[in-house]
Amino acid sequence: MDNLIALLIAAPLLGAAVLLCGGRALDRVGHWLGTVLAAASFVIGAVLFVDMLGKGADARTMHQHLFTWVPVAGFKADMGFQLDQLSMTFVLLISGVGTLIHLYSVGYMAHDERRRRFFGYLNLFLAAMLLLVLADNYLLLYMGWEGVGLASYLLIGFWQHKPSAATAAKKAFLVNRVGDMGLSIAIMLMFTTFGTFAFGGVFGAADGASEGKLTAISLMLLLAACGKSAQVPLQSWLGDAMEGPTPVSALIHAATMVTAGVYLITRSSAVFNGAPNAQLVVVVVGAVTLIFGAIVGCAKDDIKKSLAGSTMSQIGYMILAAGLGPIGYVFAIMHLVTHGFFKAGLFLGAGSVMHGMNDEVDMRKYGGLRRYMPVTFVTFGLGYLAIIGFPGLSGFFSKDKIIEAAFAKGGTEGWILGAVTLLGAAITAYYMTRMMLMTFFGEERWRHAETRSPDAPSAEPAAAGRGAHDEPHPHESPWIMTIPMIVLAVGSVGAGAFFGIGNRFLNWLEPVTGHSEGHSPVSAGVVTTATIVLLLVGVGIAYLQYGRRPVPAVAPRGSLLTRAARRDLLQDDFNHVVLVRGGEHLTRSLVYVDHSLVDGVVNGTAASFGGLSGRLRKVQNGYARSYALSMFGGTAVVVAATLLMRAV
Amino acid sequence: MSFPFLTVTAALPAAGAIVTAAVPAARRTAAKWTALLFSIATLALAAVVVVKFDPGGSGPFQLTESHTWIKDFGVSYDLGVDGIGVALLALTALLIPFVILAGWHDADVLEGAEPNRRWRPTQGFFALILAVEAMVILSFEATDVFLFYLLFEAMLIPMYFLIGGFGDRAHAGGDEAAATQRSYAAVKFLLYNLVGGLIMLAAVIGVYVVAGTFSLTDIAHLRASGDLSMATSTERWLFLGFFFAFAVKAPLWPVHTWLPNAMGESTAPVAVLITAVVDKVGTFAMLRFCLQLFPEASKWATPVILVLALISIVYGALLAVGQRDIKRLIAYASISHFGFIIMGIFAMTSQGQSGATLYMVNHGISTAALMLVAGFLISRRGSRLISDYGGVQKVAPVLAGTFLIGGLATLSLPGLSPFVSEFLVLVGTFSRYPVIGIIATIGIVLAALYVLVLYQRTMTGPVKATVQGMPDLKVRELVVVAPLIALLIFLGVYPKPLTDIVNPAVHQTMSQVDQTDPHPQLEASR
Amino acid sequence: MNPVYYLYLASLLFTIGAAGVLIRRNAIVVFMCVELMLNACNLAFVAFSRLHGNLDGQIIAFFTMVVAAAEVVVGLAIIVSMFRARHSASVDDASLMKL
Repeated sequence: MDNLIALLIAAPLLGAAVLLCGGRALDRVGHWLGTVLAAASFVIGAVLFVDMLGKGADARTMHQHLFTWVPVAGFKADMGFQLDQLSMTFVLLISGVGTLIHLYSVGYMAHDERRRRFFGYLNLFLAAMLLLVLADNYLLLYMGWEGVGLASYLLIGFWQHKPSAATAAKKAFLVNRVGDMGLSIAIMLMFTTFGTFAFGGVFGAADGASEGKLTAISLMLLLAACGKSAQVPLQSWLGDAMEGPTPVSALIHAATMVTAGVYLITRSSAVFNGAPNAQLVVVVVGAVTLIFGAIVGCAKDDIKKSLAGSTMSQIGYMILAAGLGPIGYVFAIMHLVTHGFFKAGLFLGAGSVMHGMNDEVDMRKYGGLRRYMPVTFVTFGLGYLAIIGFPGLSGFFSKDKIIEAAFAKGGTEGWILGAVTLLGAAITAYYMTRMMLMTFFGEERWRHAETRSPDAPSAEPAAAGRGAHDEPHPHESPWIMTIPMIVLAVGSVGAGAFFGIGNRFLNWLEPVTGHSEGHSPVSAGVVTTATIVLLLVGVGIAYLQYGRRPVPAVAPRGSLLTRAARRDLLQDDFNHVVLVRGGEHLTRSLVYVDHSLVDGVVNGTAASFGGLSGRLRKVQNGYARSYALSMFGGTAVVVAATLLMRAV
Repeated sequence: MSFPFLTVTAALPAAGAIVTAAVPAARRTAAKWTALLFSIATLALAAVVVVKFDPGGSGPFQLTESHTWIKDFGVSYDLGVDGIGVALLALTALLIPFVILAGWHDADVLEGAEPNRRWRPTQGFFALILAVEAMVILSFEATDVFLFYLLFEAMLIPMYFLIGGFGDRAHAGGDEAAATQRSYAAVKFLLYNLVGGLIMLAAVIGVYVVAGTFSLTDIAHLRASGDLSMATSTERWLFLGFFFAFAVKAPLWPVHTWLPNAMGESTAPVAVLITAVVDKVGTFAMLRFCLQLFPEASKWATPVILVLALISIVYGALLAVGQRDIKRLIAYASISHFGFIIMGIFAMTSQGQSGATLYMVNHGISTAALMLVAGFLISRRGSRLISDYGGVQKVAPVLAGTFLIGGLATLSLPGLSPFVSEFLVLVGTFSRYPVIGIIATIGIVLAALYVLVLYQRTMTGPVKATVQGMPDLKVRELVVVAPLIALLIFLGVYPKPLTDIVNPAVHQTMSQVDQTDPHPQLEASR
Repeated sequence: MNPVYYLYLASLLFTIGAAGVLIRRNAIVVFMCVELMLNACNLAFVAFSRLHGNLDGQIIAFFTMVVAAAEVVVGLAIIVSMFRARHSASVDDASLMKL
């Protein structure tokens, strides 16, 4: 059974290789090949899952060692895999949601001439992501880590002829690289501290390391997590990443890749547990991002960017939970899984709306769509109820647990964190209700909305094949797109209850991550009630603003905060001024320095020799008299010197 | 006496050079095929050497040959290879066929040029490439300091003619400006390296005065038995003499400025020859001569060299970001990479030195891939300026794809071979000098910046009118690029064949320098 | 009479000759100045010979005369041929070898 692990990765990898190298011959079947191989990976995962369930809780970890990857005196990295409950959870999530989104893309990308390549990239992503969660050492994890970064780069920039997409892709890769720097430094620290960076070796020896070392490693891992999971201060790429096709946003930038940071922290629990100061930083990062993302989500009119803000915020919840230590790890992962369902569902819903609306992304040009797209409306609505934590749906179970855990942190910190998570829940309810109302309710603003001018960059250029720029005729998407949405909606509704009731998820994951119940100063009932009340407040405010009153088709100027939030709370402007401008000046001046100073020194030496010889040449004037004079002078000097030496 | 494999491996391309040069002026295609066949035969022979080489074998050098040459001065024709030499020999032999194939039309007589029976640029171009190959291969094999010095200097001559005589036709200023720039670059290349070589010559003579022999093995024996007395200051001066020459060749900041000119003005295959093959002699010689002849002085100079290497890494990358010329950008990226190699060598750890050796091989392959594709691109549009391109991926997707893979290799994406070596260098440096290791990781981010900016500006965006209708890669070009890419992926996932060859040699070097790896802090408790 | 006075006279003659070589442009005059310098040297040699009481100086003086005679032969030949070619005996006109 253990030997099946490599197949999990091999199937999509094969797909990527065949689709990307295959050439035009595969254009007609390529998308189905990709989907089948993704499904194959899911099936293998399911088989392994059933097998795992049949074993005792402590005997569930499986290993597969393929070969030694990098063997250099003392530094040994294996091409080896480890499949335990945590990895299993991810494998099922990634391959499951991945397969659904492959299916959806068959419909969504039907008119794109480069569809084969799109599926190749998607398969490449699956392979890299599975490698990330299956690796049994940090270096191999790093390979998956950068691999998903590459796939993300390729997919964000899939419509490369749009400069904005190309720029967004580059930005995502670069910001991720900053995070990757953290991961590589963490691996180096592990190597110098433990002499290994295999999971087993590091976790086994973590107890013996000094707290300082563990803190350093943890902070570097956190930096990596911030990059990949779009946490403050490395969050700026996620909003721009929405330039990619919507299925990509659903799979990579909502359900799976962006949660890799949470995986990394949970996986490294042994290291983080020994570094309380680092955990505090993790919690703070999570809390700040939670609010940050929520505020951004409130201000955006672009449906995908608003959802991206929401993703940021929800991952903030997970990071916060992971930073709480053993009281939070399980809930972080649980929220991650439920979030995978409902956020992927919401994105697919958004894609379906755009599909029917000539790829318009501005929610101010939507309105009243529930009549035209019933399936989308219902599935999106269920996802909406799940994310705001409507009692009984999956978000309720997972988010509630995180809020409880935040309070259970204890002391002032606990109160602050609890308050922040509650506030986040309220804002979530607000912006999601706003989105819901603007899209599916109210008057049909698209009827008298201006048709987009042909030269305005369309968000989804696939539209070109679908006859864009006409007045939109909202319609339901084909079945191949709605089926994945329905499946995900079912997950959004049921997953939470399935996991939460009877602590199923807790019992499943506890052997890997460990768990301890904190002592909450407030009882679970109070927390739940407070959550529901705040939820209703958020929904209520949104209803008053966007339900009762008509939504203006052009965004009002808004308050200072709104305007800042529309610009991602000015972080891009900050980056632009400090990093981009500063960097440009630096490189430009360095180019100058290299040319005129470093090269100048050498050229100057050459020039001065040239000048000197030019001047010395003039001494040779050809007059015998002057040669005689110099002879005479020389003789005189020699005689004088001789006499002087005599005298002394 | 056994068959002299090493001599023959070097003699074959030399013979090829002579034969190619002798092909009649009118038979240009024949000259090309002759050169290609000789380079492939050399590759085959190099493969035999690799197979014959026993990584676990005894003694520092294998397949040794020794003949007395100039008896009075203790100069002998000594050849032998260790793992590092074998790896680089294989790299050289591997790259030359691709260089020749990529430069198939670079020396063609221009249409409408005056017919001249005595003018034979094609023969000259390929003969010079083979001559360089012969000398580089022999320099990887030489275990006699004088012999090495001779080759180190002699390879400048064919390189000079390759740079100065066969420039890039794509020049903004027209033919006149191209010729001026080209001869400037060639002279600059020659002068820099000659100055380095001159200083090295003094040090070579110094070695003879001190040791009484030029033979590496003899000197090692003398050192082991304690018969070699070298004053500390003498050792340091001699070390500096050698190191300066190698630093110029490598090139290390601040003696790097010849490289962008030379790579920018020469044709893409020649640029590959410079950076992927000839420059490797410099870093190789640091490992073989600087460390093994002057272990104490090497340790003494380490901090300064590491700082210079660090400056090279960051400085080269920053300048690459600021370039407007594709080939100069790649040249500055190479400077950054050479910083990594030198840092790995002087970190004095197994990881660092193994990493540096792997880096030499991987950098050769990755730069070749990137540079050759860039050359194909440039030859299509006739311009080296990044701003003249845009949207190429739409019209020539295969070209864009291979360019991207070459770029990703340059930025050391895991899964491609440069990652393994770069990470080893970083780890090796970090375990001894944490601060330097951490600062060097900035190079990772900057590499992503210059590669992706280059890709974005040339390949993505709306299709520029000037690249409209640009043909995609031809079969010949695919034959050049595909094996390189396959090798990048293979060595990225399974570098073991290479590390198996290199590790024992690095172990040997480490023990010569009398260094051991720092122990992990927790090893006692494990 | 003190032989030192002869030395003074020799230096004076030498200086006059040297100054003439440096200052005058006419090749003949320069030539004569060279002769003057040689003879100043001869005078000094003879004076030293007397001073030290041996004949070495006088022998060298004879050598000098022979060399001077040879020099006159060659030198005058050059000057004459130069005059023929350039119609001038100025040494400044013979500066063609400069770069």
